[in-house]
Amino acid sequence: MTPGTPQTATPPNKAAAPAPADPVAGLRRARTLGLLRQAALAPVLVVLVVVGSLVSSAFLTVNNLTGIGQQISALGVVVVGESLILLIGGMDLSLESTYGLAPMVAAWLILPVSSFGNGLQLNPYLGILILILVGAAIGLANGLLIVKGRLNGFIVTLGVTIVLAGLQNGIVKAQTLFQLPTAFGYLGSAYVGGVPVSLIVAVLIFIGVGLFLRYHRTGRAIYAVGGNPAAARAAGIKVDRIRIGVYVAGSVLAAIGGLMESGRVSAVTGQQGYGEGIIFSVFAAAVIGGVSLKGGRGNMVGAATGVILLGLVQNILDLANVSNYWIEAIDGVVILLALVLARVIGGEASAE
Amino acid sequence: MTDSQIPAVQAVGIDKHFGSTHALRGVDISIEAGHCLGLVGRNGAGKSTLVSILSGLVAPDGGEVRVGGKPAPPAGAVDAWRGQIATVFQHSMVVPQLTVAENVFLGSRTGRGNRVDWRAMRRRTDDIMAEWGFDISPTTLCQDLTVEQLQIVEIARALATGARCLLLDEPTAALERNAVQRLFDRVNQLTAGGVAVLYISHHLEEVFEICQDVVVMRDGQVVRTSRTSELTKDQLVTSMVGSVADGAAAPAGTVRTKTAPSDSEPVLVIDGLTTSSARGRLNGVSLRVGPGECVGVTGLLSSGVSTLGRVVAGAEPSDTGTVRVGGRTVKPGRRDLAQQAGIGYIPEDRRLEGFVAHLGVAENTTMTITDRLSTRLGLLRPHGRTQAAAPLTDALSLVSSGPQQPVGELSGGNQQKVTVARTLIHDPAVIVAITPTRGVDIASKALLLSALTDYTRRTGAALLLASDELSDLVHCDRVIVLVRGEVFAEFTDPPFDREELIAATEGLVRTGQDNR
Repeated sequence: MTPGTPQTATPPNKAAAPAPADPVAGLRRARTLGLLRQAALAPVLVVLVVVGSLVSSAFLTVNNLTGIGQQISALGVVVVGESLILLIGGMDLSLESTYGLAPMVAAWLILPVSSFGNGLQLNPYLGILILILVGAAIGLANGLLIVKGRLNGFIVTLGVTIVLAGLQNGIVKAQTLFQLPTAFGYLGSAYVGGVPVSLIVAVLIFIGVGLFLRYHRTGRAIYAVGGNPAAARAAGIKVDRIRIGVYVAGSVLAAIGGLMESGRVSAVTGQQGYGEGIIFSVFAAAVIGGVSLKGGRGNMVGAATGVILLGLVQNILDLANVSNYWIEAIDGVVILLALVLARVIGGEASAE
Repeated sequence: MTDSQIPAVQAVGIDKHFGSTHALRGVDISIEAGHCLGLVGRNGAGKSTLVSILSGLVAPDGGEVRVGGKPAPPAGAVDAWRGQIATVFQHSMVVPQLTVAENVFLGSRTGRGNRVDWRAMRRRTDDIMAEWGFDISPTTLCQDLTVEQLQIVEIARALATGARCLLLDEPTAALERNAVQRLFDRVNQLTAGGVAVLYISHHLEEVFEICQDVVVMRDGQVVRTSRTSELTKDQLVTSMVGSVADGAAAPAGTVRTKTAPSDSEPVLVIDGLTTSSARGRLNGVSLRVGPGECVGVTGLLSSGVSTLGRVVAGAEPSDTGTVRVGGRTVKPGRRDLAQQAGIGYIPEDRRLEGFVAHLGVAENTTMTITDRLSTRLGLLRPHGRTQAAAPLTDALSLVSSGPQQPVGELSGGNQQKVTVARTLIHDPAVIVAITPTRGVDIASKALLLSALTDYTRRTGAALLLASDELSDLVHCDRVIVLVRGEVFAEFTDPPFDREELIAATEGLVRTGQDNR
């Protein structure tokens, strides 16, 4: 038909020759890319550490670093919860309210009336159990509304956020609850061998969830459900059950994060969670760490990197004595820069 | 064919790499005004890549595309390509919530500035429909249209841009037979009007029927360019498959031995299934499938063929009726329970339900058996997945760069192999396969079908093969024809007569040995 046709019609055996080499190269490339993405933020962390040590001689001290560890562990535990929910292709804004309400309910049931408790004066351990149950109940309600009720997750959890924040203030008439029992504050305030307990627990949660996602069949099912729910269902995976379960797990983690924060500041305030607006940091850490907002992609290594990055930035701004009036604006700009950087280094991982 | 005539679209020496894959190697193709050029080749031959380049979506690494003798605009310059070459893609690009007129003018300007001139848009849509003899109202919402009508909307959109070259990528994949004939009439009308058409299809009969010339691609190269009138079907298949055409392309009407057992307990018993599904209703369908038996189910698009498959597989609920496997009733509408009961499911749309695109080959293949591969605590070793998947992916000659390669990166035929492997790996007692060979090349088609039938006969499973491709049904022991959700005819004696089968699906002639 065209003059060029005869030359291009080469025999097939010639075309087949390079084929065996391709798979190996492709695999190697895929592995390298995967490693690159995992390590995408490592250089940024290094830069931050250098900047931090230049800003203040107090930065690279054991005290400061464990302090950062204690500060970010509460956030980190919530980020694990949100990452799980993002992985199944959902989203949960109400984690920030759960983070405030669950410890508030528990403290309210523990403390005497004189300290604005309701007078039941429950055992603090029972209080912690109730905290976890409150988290589970909120997650279950969200999960049922979103999965079984087929409601939009964004709107449902936005509504739930406000309801929970209202309850948090309502039950204690907007008072702050001090004088928490030692057992209740232990997780957030205690140290073991110079290391904050909250940091140890947060690290264990990151590792545990990370291994679960990688090596447990339910963990793998979470990736399948987030990647393609219809295909997961066709393969016999109980998609609804996994989705609801993940909402429950996410909210329980948020409640535990809230317990850590209450212990750290030795009080439950009406501001904890929703009032502080922690959900932005939660999403930012997850997305900076490469957890996809569309579901099915991301891992705990990335999420942990995102959390550490936010913690370092916050700490450096504190040490640099940035004016309180400006600290939020600068914090926001740095987070946006980190997102852009994560996108550039990590390719499509965080953008998708 | 005349050298003096400038082709409507010409591609010269097109080269394209995707990472380590050399997708196109110096492809020359030229589409002439008033001609319909067929483009055939197995999955992965480079057809889709070529179409992307010819439609200006992807830039070639080397070579040149010329439109009407002039160099084509750079890839991605949507406005510049509009009006030059228009593509009707395999997967519908129609926005269901918009009207026909809006879809026809989607992306193009109708009024001055950014204002939408609704009246002009409707009038011009009407004009195009009238000019080409289509009969669809511009104000209808596209979600209310049939698949065939949606395709007309896509063609109308292509024509509305004033394009004189049309690329049709597997246009008949979702059409029933009558609609295919009507589509051919339209294509003939277009070429008679001087439009150049590139027609991509897996259905070789169609290429012979409608194309004057045909280009065969293999491994990213053009291996043959001929007039269809000077070519036999065998020659075409040979050049598609290459020198190793080991008779894998089983021609329709092949005689095969009948192995259907008659007296043994049925594995699958379907009783009085009734449902009013959007995909086609069922009205009291009953069916028994014995061990080792392959039963084909066929019919027109909305006759309930895929609904029956989905209901049996638990992917869709039913209003009344029961499905029993080995004597036990399976709870309807629960895919997970159906699978536990031993029902394997190869869904109709593999991209939608067949695999998780970014997970690897091994993980997708073993997705149905994670309970078996894991320890008591639910722990899985990635290596265990690879080991479990290997025998099946090897048996299906799946081509990938390794067990970790994301399935989304594979060609259509290999993706379907993953879906089939995922089903066979859990040792199902019943396999429900809905159009398992759609959009798959000839060699893979034969391989997939024989994998399914071999498994069925070897293990005494029951195969329910729902398909509207008669060449699939050749492998069955029995064929049930559904018309409007009811069993219309049953053919029990292979080889089945093609004409009789087609007649029965149309519900016109009551033939067949066992009418109900």
